[in-house]
Amino acid sequence: MDTYADLIECEDVLLFANAAITSTGQREFHGSAGEQRLSLDFLHRYIQGNYPDLYAATLALDINDHNAALIIANLLKQPGTGDGRLIAWRLARMSPPRVYRLFRELRRAGVNNRRTRAIIRDWLAGRPDLAFDAVKYRSAVKSAVRHAHLTLTGELGDFLFAPFSRTRYDTPVLEAWRRAHYDKSALYDLPYTVAEGFAARHGISRPIFLERVAPRLTGLERLRLAESAGAAGVATGADLAAMPLVRLASYVLSLAADVRTRRRAELVGALRASAARAAGARAGTWGSVAAVLDDSFSSFGSPVKRRRPLAVALACNYLLEALAGAYRGLWVSRRTDPLQARASGHTPLGQRILDALDTRPGMLVIVSDGWDNAPPGLAAEVLRVWRRKLDPGGEVGIVHMNPVYDADTFDVRRLSPMVPTAGIRDAEDLPALVELARFAEGRTGLAELRAYLADRAAR
Amino acid sequence: MNGPTGLGHSGPVRLDLSGLDTRPAQTWGAMRLVPLVRREPIEDLRLHAGLYDDDPATTVLSDATGCTTYVPHAFVATWSDDGTPVAAYGTQLGRPRRHMPVWTRRRMARHGDKSRLRFLPLHLAVEGFLALHFGGPVIVWEEWSRQAVAHGLSPRAEDAYLGMEIRGLEDALKVFEIHPEQCGLLLYTGDTLAAAFVVPHPEDYRALHPTLVLDLYGELVYDYALFYPARDFRATIDEDAVSSLADLRAEALRQEREWARFHDSVMAGGLIRAPDKVEEIERLGRFTLSRFLPAFERKSENHIGETIIDEEGQLAYLKTFRLSEAQSRRGHLLSTLAEHDWSLPATAAALGTGPAALGLRLERAGFGHLLRQDVLDGYRKARAERLSGRSRRTRPAGAPSPPA
Repeated sequence: MDTYADLIECEDVLLFANAAITSTGQREFHGSAGEQRLSLDFLHRYIQGNYPDLYAATLALDINDHNAALIIANLLKQPGTGDGRLIAWRLARMSPPRVYRLFRELRRAGVNNRRTRAIIRDWLAGRPDLAFDAVKYRSAVKSAVRHAHLTLTGELGDFLFAPFSRTRYDTPVLEAWRRAHYDKSALYDLPYTVAEGFAARHGISRPIFLERVAPRLTGLERLRLAESAGAAGVATGADLAAMPLVRLASYVLSLAADVRTRRRAELVGALRASAARAAGARAGTWGSVAAVLDDSFSSFGSPVKRRRPLAVALACNYLLEALAGAYRGLWVSRRTDPLQARASGHTPLGQRILDALDTRPGMLVIVSDGWDNAPPGLAAEVLRVWRRKLDPGGEVGIVHMNPVYDADTFDVRRLSPMVPTAGIRDAEDLPALVELARFAEGRTGLAELRAYLADRAAR
Repeated sequence: MNGPTGLGHSGPVRLDLSGLDTRPAQTWGAMRLVPLVRREPIEDLRLHAGLYDDDPATTVLSDATGCTTYVPHAFVATWSDDGTPVAAYGTQLGRPRRHMPVWTRRRMARHGDKSRLRFLPLHLAVEGFLALHFGGPVIVWEEWSRQAVAHGLSPRAEDAYLGMEIRGLEDALKVFEIHPEQCGLLLYTGDTLAAAFVVPHPEDYRALHPTLVLDLYGELVYDYALFYPARDFRATIDEDAVSSLADLRAEALRQEREWARFHDSVMAGGLIRAPDKVEEIERLGRFTLSRFLPAFERKSENHIGETIIDEEGQLAYLKTFRLSEAQSRRGHLLSTLAEHDWSLPATAAALGTGPAALGLRLERAGFGHLLRQDVLDGYRKARAERLSGRSRRTRPAGAPSPPA
């Protein structure tokens, strides 16, 4: 078996994985943004200082983009650490604005070693349409090109650094940008965020603008604008079922109760379709599953992460429904209609866990921020007694999924040492996280964890 | 200041919290917040935060009976005479206002309408405390100054802290998770009861929960909020007593019941036994608005407060203010003086001390202006002589005399 140091290492890495999955350095229900950032910053330094190789390897996990960007920046600051290919792989999966923000961060920090320049160069070369990026993220692309000492050939260089030196561009999007300065019809060939600025400049009314720009909207823009454009009488044609599960859940939760009732069939259909897509081949293979889902007031999150913990719970509800053969979802508030979920009331988590264990499901998933307060600590006691006395063989697999990073403990809040706790950000990661939670139980050791990370990185 | 309208009935009265169940406490920093839930909400009396916006003609300052108050927010009680439910009038106006101008108001409790009463939370109680034996000496003993005889205790002032000044209270109220059927809250700082708040209906509670940060709190609450953090009373289940899931459930329920019993008898015991003198202020249909004063026992909890009780004695509304030690002492002195018809020697005998010591004690408590200047000077001189006499005895021979 492992040595004591190995156990600590295993624990530290899991702790860091949980933090890197959940924390975004934003305000949470119980902690301010400053506390979150301070705590996260310490954790990054601690892990990088003690386990440099594992620190780099966590990039392979489903950590969130905020932490991935932090890790990449920290790795590039120290030459010779981390795997360039893994970094490139992770960058390719991040959203372009985040990558550009990371490049700016590197520029601000004065990180300009050869590897950094090569990574920026390769990433820009891999962009499907750099001219489009140059229009949409103009200053960011300019800053990245400058920082990596790149020489752009042809029109693009002129567009970024001397835009009015040419009387016309051959690239359509660049030409559209040039013409949009004086031609109202040209701006509809530009990306929405850029066109919006030109529309304001030309004094185009919002409904007309939205109607004509609608075909150019991206999927997320369609979803984001659905309500405001709907008020202006324009349908953006958002494809709800194609949305990622948690984002769709957030959208559903942002709607008023009567709207949700009116659009019930559409919303539930979209949630089920998205869940079925996320479940994929695993659909219906998990046997009997019960879930305890936290919709107490603290699941509201914060004004900057509106209803995020509740959205994760709602998404897990539909995903588990798709994964399980027989599914029972228990909301902490005892409301029975998941579509009408809202963040209010106290957290009698212990009672609801008892209710869930009543039917002895094959598996119990608890989605909660871990602030069990009615009474405090009952959930921990119920789980402890259940594991010690009523189910010592562990026939009922219990996993706690926590969407909130607790800055004070440098981890997600745990319910009980008897039950593994994993941080969760996107419901789609749930199957992988249940896998990862095995390591937290202490039954599998460091060697397996390293193998798991290597396996993930190889994919 | 207007005198009380009802007759006070004295003697210990227990605050009846029946109908309200204690639920597990939630802690944040030094605060412990204990929710009270009602099995059956009261439908025919509703409270909401009143805004003084709608009623600008509020300045009534006639000759000497004006009373200037800082108005953080006011409550409006609405009731129906036949027991039919009433809607909370005006709750749609939303949150109480953030910045409040100073207004002068005629009375602490005013009828807004025939079946609506507007009153300032806690002002009834605080007024009751300030007006305690406000008239001054009832017999013109020679020690009392001319001012005391002519004007009583006027002017009389007490200090309190605004909820926002209390460290951690705002955050504690913000992260507190309100129970769906919650009708009340007991607030503890440093594990002593700081304030109690009960309303008739859960909807009223949800609307008025944020107003707790605009309320008055005693000095003690302010100090204790700077203390160590409160710790959760975590549930513990004896695993040997459990052999099935039903047992586990029973144990969990027992935990909750035990906490409620412990809380009601130990933690809130001081509050339940607090009222000593109850004064009826106003009848609202089948409800009665009254205020109470404690027995002013030193070294124990002293709460002043106001209540609305229905004809069966069920508590519909409660708001209390914890007096600080100094305030209790003042209340104690005034009530003892009043008990002995403001006779200094008789009061001193009752307190087990001499008239001179009592006179100086009155001065320390802030009532020096009630005593005649020459009498007070006499007391001071007597004390100075006693002190110097004592120090002369204790000073070793040859040592220099202490500076004056």
